[in-house]
Amino acid sequence: MYYAVTFAVVITMGLALIRAIIGPSVYDRVLAMNMLGTKTVLLLSVIAFVFGRPDFLDLALAYALINFIGVLAVLEFFQDRAARRAANDETGP
Amino acid sequence: MSLEILLDSASWLLMTAGGAFVFIGGLGALRMPDLYTRMHAASVTDSIGPVLIIFGIILQAGFTLASIKLIAILLFLLVTGPTASNALASAALLAGTRTDQATPLEPERKQ
Repeated sequence: MYYAVTFAVVITMGLALIRAIIGPSVYDRVLAMNMLGTKTVLLLSVIAFVFGRPDFLDLALAYALINFIGVLAVLEFFQDRAARRAANDETGP
Repeated sequence: MSLEILLDSASWLLMTAGGAFVFIGGLGALRMPDLYTRMHAASVTDSIGPVLIIFGIILQAGFTLASIKLIAILLFLLVTGPTASNALASAALLAGTRTDQATPLEPERKQ
């Protein structure tokens, strides 16, 4: 009975990957990767019960932490880059 | 016996609804026209999808350590999802992404 939700989550991960590949801007890609990480956490939680191994829940928890920190780090980097570029444009080369 | 059937049905219902919400959110994130509407669609998969799916799993797991871990995962997802969405929207707005441009372009700064 877990197969339906596993299937839905895997299909959604595929859609998020397509958006991450074709996403026109960097922020679309970050959004898609954030979504992919959340779906990975969900998939790990479901698969822990499909296989009857609750150890996978620890992996899901750790993945949620790493995904959040990674998305925030990438966003901070791109925000700094955009601000720096705007400042360069204001002073003018 | 009938309680088990009731719990199974409720779990089925919750997990199927969660899977449907997750799929609809993913479809919206792929098909919506610009960044902010895509974020709107993707936030469905970050908020209601995990709640329904994880509560459906909890009904199957019962009062075990796995349920406590699942609740921890759910709380963490519910805290971090909106935070990441807020950071993403603020970064995109700062970089000059407009709401009305269907395809995000480079911000027009040199006018």
